[in-house]
Amino acid sequence: MKTALKPKPIRVTVRNTQSSSSVQAMKPAADKNAPAPTLEGAKMNIEKVNVFYGDNQALTDIDLQIRVNEVTALIGPSGCGKSTFLRCLNRMNDTIEECRVSGLVMLDDMDVYGPDVDVVHLRARIGMVFQKPNPFPKSIYENVAYGPRIHGLVSSRADLDDIVMTSLTKAGLIKEVRDRLHESGTSLSGGQQQRLCIARAIAVNPEVILMDEPCSALDPIATARIEELIDELSQNFTIVIVTHSMQQAARVSQRTAFFHLGELVEFGDTEQVFTSPRDERTQGYITGRFG
Amino acid sequence: MTDSSKSKSMSHSDRIAASLKRRHAAETRFRLYGISAIAIALIFLVIMLGSIFIRGWGGFFETQIELTVDFSRQIIDPEGTNDPAVFARADFRKIVRNALKARFPDVTKRKDVKALKALISKAAGYELSHLIRDDPALIGTTQNIWLPSSDEVDNFMKGSVSRDLPESARRIKDIHVGWIEELEAEGALKSTLNLRFFTHGDSREPENAGIWGAIVGSTLTLFITLILSFPLGVMAAIYLEELSPKTRWTDFIEVNINNMAAVPSIIYGLLGLAVFLNFMHLPRSAPLVGGMVLALMTLPTIIIATRASLKAVPPSIREAARGLGASPIQVVLHHVLPLAMPGILTGTIIGMARALGESAPLLMIGMVAFIVDIPQSFTDPATALPVQVYLWADSPERAFVEKTAAATIVLVAFLVVMNAMAVYLRKRFERRW
Repeated sequence: MKTALKPKPIRVTVRNTQSSSSVQAMKPAADKNAPAPTLEGAKMNIEKVNVFYGDNQALTDIDLQIRVNEVTALIGPSGCGKSTFLRCLNRMNDTIEECRVSGLVMLDDMDVYGPDVDVVHLRARIGMVFQKPNPFPKSIYENVAYGPRIHGLVSSRADLDDIVMTSLTKAGLIKEVRDRLHESGTSLSGGQQQRLCIARAIAVNPEVILMDEPCSALDPIATARIEELIDELSQNFTIVIVTHSMQQAARVSQRTAFFHLGELVEFGDTEQVFTSPRDERTQGYITGRFG
Repeated sequence: MTDSSKSKSMSHSDRIAASLKRRHAAETRFRLYGISAIAIALIFLVIMLGSIFIRGWGGFFETQIELTVDFSRQIIDPEGTNDPAVFARADFRKIVRNALKARFPDVTKRKDVKALKALISKAAGYELSHLIRDDPALIGTTQNIWLPSSDEVDNFMKGSVSRDLPESARRIKDIHVGWIEELEAEGALKSTLNLRFFTHGDSREPENAGIWGAIVGSTLTLFITLILSFPLGVMAAIYLEELSPKTRWTDFIEVNINNMAAVPSIIYGLLGLAVFLNFMHLPRSAPLVGGMVLALMTLPTIIIATRASLKAVPPSIREAARGLGASPIQVVLHHVLPLAMPGILTGTIIGMARALGESAPLLMIGMVAFIVDIPQSFTDPATALPVQVYLWADSPERAFVEKTAAATIVLVAFLVVMNAMAVYLRKRFERRW
């Protein structure tokens, strides 16, 4: 399907036909599944998002509000589209030729898929941490300094040093790496590497941090450290985390969204989703009947 | 008892044991095939290199004869002008002849005196003229000087012409042999390193021919090849691999690049002849044109190697950079390209090594001419190492056989150094992630 080659016009047209009318029209429908989140508290507002890979529909009509300074967990069985959804939020799917996105994704009052949005600017506002720790094969210092440097956030070496130290401190890594800032980032252990990636992401001071199963490659102790860190970071950042572990979702998140077969089945306060799920599919998943 | 009942009586584990034997035999057989294939390849390699070295080794040495040379003022500068231009025009061959006559005063017969000349190289006069050019104070003095022997004497001394041959079958006659033995007995004949081989250009006289002209020609040519094909190839590969959308057009281009790598090199020579010489009127036989032709030939190799090493950079690095908000160009220049560089350099060096060993396209654009002067610029007529090998292999003089092999040794040495560099770079900059 060669129409996939010009995805942007498609996105724009879909957005134009829906955005103005659907904001009002769709809200009650969203409220039915997920009560409470008002637009005031929402950092990101997602409406009627559909994602296609070629002819396959990966996500269907997703409506979701991500509230400021909260941790929102996305759970669901493998292949349910939660990672795809996460990557829509900062347009990481742009480079996948086959992928088309329609619907509305708002960051504050910026339309993420708007025609005048520069993805470079967008990704400076929405940082990302990946499943497998992927530090650059450069020094620890350079790893953290890279973002501020390319975005021109600093004017002097001292400022840069400052940002690097602060970010490493916030990521809880400073004690371990203070004396080896100029060693390669890849020489660290897996958990340390992942915290380095978090430090690298927060060095640009993004508003939202997306985490795609950040602990799946880590041992339980490293996982516990990352979870602690996520908790601390949520004071200052809005965090969306995809996780395979329901316990993890329950531990770190305030709100949980359950995805199944490309649909958002249930979205609500974490406690409510885990203790009294409204949908029987959610019930089945969290009790381990499938997934 | 039939076979089937016998197999039924065999236990499960026995049957596995029986099949194990068969499997082990197959494995041993396969291992043997592999070892013998490698052994055959190695034997041929040893035979090839060995024969080149045995033939070529002598090319690095020459026979010299010591003569007492009288730099007579009457011959060099009879009018006392003290003008170097006059010195240069002087008849140094006559000085050599006089020195030979003085060495063998008993030789008086006209025929024998003529035969005497065959002992010393025809190029010996130039040696003397260079001595005078560098030090005019020698005029009027008498010096003991080691002069290069003729190629016939050299061949005879190295044993490539047997003494047992009947006199009529060799160019060194019995009378020469007598003189050579006399010189040898008096210690006036020696074998030394042939420095001229490394400092001279081509020559019709084998004892005077060198490969420096070809080395300089090859260096100039490869320089042009490198500065054209490396940036073009790397940029094309980056665009195709990292930036371009995957369309039917890029598929088409990709297929054609792969095809270009398989085009016989002489076709590139024809292309260069038609476009660079006949259409653009660039100078014939020049390293500039040779370099351009070889650059065309090397481009696909570099593009393919670069794309392969870009592909080998894990996508997680690209994602990490993109996730931080790096623009596509920043992703490539800051992260992907540095990581792919060792592979790119290796591919480039291997491509360049291939270009160094290539002669066919150079034949088409006239780099096959007989060129004595060392090329000074990219537009001077020049030749290249493999073409020099080809030219010498075609020359009738016996002594060019060892020159050909010696030039081949030099060419192989360059290739080995380049490939070793490629291996070193790969080992040195190999990264793990």
